[in-house]
Amino acid sequence: MAERGARLLVADDNKVNRLLLGRTLTLQGHQVQSAENGRVALEMLRGAAFDLLLLDMEMPEMDGFQVMEQLAADKTLRDLPVIVTSSLEGVAHVVRCIELGADDFLHKPVNPVLLKARVDSSLEKKRLRDQQKALVQRFATSAVADDLQQSGFALGGKRVQATVMFCDIRGFTAIVESQGPEETIELLNTWYTLMFEAITAQGGVVNQMIGDGLMAIFGAPLPVAEPPMAAVRAALEMMEMIELLNAERAAEGKAALAIGVGIATGDVFAGYTGTQERATYTCVGDTVNLAARLEAHTKVAGRGILVDDATQAALHARVATEPLGAVPFKGKAVPTEVFAVSLPA
Amino acid sequence: MNIIDHSVFAELQATAGADFVVELVQTFFEEAPPMIAELRAAQAAGAAERFRRAAHSLKTNANTFGATALGAKARELELGGLPPDASGIDALQAQYDTAVAALKALSHG
Repeated sequence: MAERGARLLVADDNKVNRLLLGRTLTLQGHQVQSAENGRVALEMLRGAAFDLLLLDMEMPEMDGFQVMEQLAADKTLRDLPVIVTSSLEGVAHVVRCIELGADDFLHKPVNPVLLKARVDSSLEKKRLRDQQKALVQRFATSAVADDLQQSGFALGGKRVQATVMFCDIRGFTAIVESQGPEETIELLNTWYTLMFEAITAQGGVVNQMIGDGLMAIFGAPLPVAEPPMAAVRAALEMMEMIELLNAERAAEGKAALAIGVGIATGDVFAGYTGTQERATYTCVGDTVNLAARLEAHTKVAGRGILVDDATQAALHARVATEPLGAVPFKGKAVPTEVFAVSLPA
Repeated sequence: MNIIDHSVFAELQATAGADFVVELVQTFFEEAPPMIAELRAAQAAGAAERFRRAAHSLKTNANTFGATALGAKARELELGGLPPDASGIDALQAQYDTAVAALKALSHG
């Protein structure tokens, strides 16, 4: 399928080349702008959206190799397709361009028929890539999607220091029984939207949704400045959201919702697990188990947010907590010091 | 060797439009003399990379118009390294002057 009216940028320091390439592409139905060196080209690419870059290699101020390095390092530009147009001789140059991420290589003077074929093919590839990106983003949070795009897809994991959060709706079974299925799904969707919002705003990643509960990770796959602090801030935000939701529900004569949040900090093994066809970013390890136990313990303790000692210590008293003493959790050799995060009055 | 490869020039006119080619040839006439001057300056200064780049640009442009002999001469300079004297540049200048006359005749013909 030929793309019509794509936005192309031609970067070439030679005026004759620039004019001719621009003319040829315009006649092929595209909107063409041009830059006389790499620096100008980068400025233009950062200032407006382009579908494709046709790049000469030898240019003053900033050459084509430098432009490609800058593009690869730029999150918003690294997917921009690049076709190198050069009359540099020797396979080594071509290889270097491809290694740096060029889609294709055209020798100058550029043959118009070949040019059309390469440009159309690159634009089609970009269209498919954009589609795929949108799909990945729909199913995973953007942090996971970015990580996938950066590191490629590989099953396997690594040990990282992270903060894990579990959260669920208390007494959800009773709520389900008191209302219709449509209302239940609507409530879950509202709840997930609010919780996602609070978690991702603090740099966390929701990696599992289990019925009326969820699991989130702070500090992986992308680093967060202070995972424990970010997780506790997210939890407080979640509590506030629930209060707002309950105010609305009360106005509609509906029962109030309550959530429990458990947070633990420590080593986790994080990575993609599953099969090549269907995989999820997840974390396993003691820290994950502990966070789940703490969440379950909120019912026993009658508190909304419980954290372990490692998380509490990392807060450095910036958030008020109350020690609840040591609790012997299943699967832990020694009892864990548990702290309740104080909610604003 | 042909001064201008007529099939290349005709192809260019067919794909880019004859009127546009008149403008493009004019642009070449404006851009080429500074490139030849750059060749002379780079040779005098012993700047091999500048010399190679200027020869490279001339080669590409000459080939665009089918100026085969000029393109071949420019390529010889591009790949030959920094010459000890300006004789090669003088030869290229002569090729350029011949090509200019031929291109003028062709683009208005």
